[in-house]
Amino acid sequence: MTLALSITDLHKSFNENDVIKGMSLQANKGDVISLIGASGSGKSTFLRCINLLETPSKGEVRVNGELMEMKTDSKGNRVAADQKQVDRIRTKLGMVFQSFNLWSHMTIVENIMEAPVHVLGHSKTEAHAKAMQLLEKVGIADKAHQYPDHLSGGQQQRAAIARALAMDPEVMLFDEPTSALDPELVGEVLRVMRQLAAEGRTMIVVTHEMTFAREVSSKVIFLHEGMIEEEGTPEEVFQNPKSDRCRQFLASSY
Amino acid sequence: MDFSIVWQYLPIMLEGAWVTLWITSVSLVIGLVAAIPLALARLAKNPFIASPAYVFVLYFRGTPLLVQIFLIYYGSGQFRLELTDLGLWGFFRDPWFCGILALVLNTAAYSAEIFRGAITAVPRNDIEAGRACGMSGLLLFRRITLPKAFRIGLPAYGNEVIFLLQATSLVSTITILDLTGISRQLISKTFAVYEFYLTAAAMYLIMTYALVYLFRVWEKRMSGHLQERVVVEAR
Repeated sequence: MTLALSITDLHKSFNENDVIKGMSLQANKGDVISLIGASGSGKSTFLRCINLLETPSKGEVRVNGELMEMKTDSKGNRVAADQKQVDRIRTKLGMVFQSFNLWSHMTIVENIMEAPVHVLGHSKTEAHAKAMQLLEKVGIADKAHQYPDHLSGGQQQRAAIARALAMDPEVMLFDEPTSALDPELVGEVLRVMRQLAAEGRTMIVVTHEMTFAREVSSKVIFLHEGMIEEEGTPEEVFQNPKSDRCRQFLASSY
Repeated sequence: MDFSIVWQYLPIMLEGAWVTLWITSVSLVIGLVAAIPLALARLAKNPFIASPAYVFVLYFRGTPLLVQIFLIYYGSGQFRLELTDLGLWGFFRDPWFCGILALVLNTAAYSAEIFRGAITAVPRNDIEAGRACGMSGLLLFRRITLPKAFRIGLPAYGNEVIFLLQATSLVSTITILDLTGISRQLISKTFAVYEFYLTAAAMYLIMTYALVYLFRVWEKRMSGHLQERVVVEAR
């Protein structure tokens, strides 16, 4: 079976600063992988390298077995070799951002229809029907015609999840989806994410929500200074961490 | 003061006002079309694209519009032979062409700077969300960057439009009978300086206010997302 996502020996440095120092990750279809670790450990950068929002300095990213082509430009920077390929693969990697990143000048339903209509070429009627169905699913169908700024953070993040789902992605990437939310709004977003996990979505989740990571993930990866310090099932990582750093981190996170 | 004399010449003054509006709109539309590629050229990483645009903007913002008009209209006479060879003399002989050309180039330079600023002010998050959905290049620019930049730049652009309306009065110096030109002609005939200029000023004021109103309506329509929640729910 082809892996939904396969990352091999990924490095990322900004100027001289090595942020990711050789990380690999394999995700089967239906896996929910949580990336945990202290701030600055490279979790978000790693996630952003998967869909090439950051170009890895070294390493391979394969989505459904397809290798993302990269090359070195005249200034010595690593860049995507084929923008068309990147665009195409990105449509299969739904991304949910920490600060939602909804387009504030479009209504919620327009936000969700935008990419299906203009990137995938779906008809407006089709995209609208699907958008409404997704909004129903994340529980904010009544907000369809409002603008993002008129919604609470939790509602905005659920809209952003619906926007990612509208592309029918193979893998969902969550970049600290609840970190910008008031504590009382975290639950509603996690509920939607649990539902997606239960439906068998392949998800890579960068998170500080340890309960979510423990209860929902099929695999947990603990990062430290750009390297995988510990990985395994939630039971292995949370109940029986092998590394001291992971133990310390978990102790301070509860 | 005797405004009855103005009353008598009012139709002629209204014709002048029409000319002013016409020159403003034509310059505005062509200037806007030119401004967007110019703004993009200013933002280009390639110095061969960016520096000509920079010099253009520097020149047209750095010199008085009146000098630009004179240069184009009177200055081109010095190159009459060359322009005739190129088949362009017919254009440069015409004060309308020269006046509008100067206004277009001038407003294009100012508008380009407004749009350049607006494009750089588009939040990075919006762009990233677009890229993450598989947009890039022209599609990303057309669907995300430009609509957003337009909303950011609209208030400043409204200002530029008003400035352009006032600036059209300068074309009266090259024989065009716009509102200012016609007023001056009527004054030389009647010596009613105060009456005619005051009427002209009032007409400019009305046109300006109409523009201000139009832009206010437009801004409101474009920025539903910034309005009070109550307004949105009432729709």
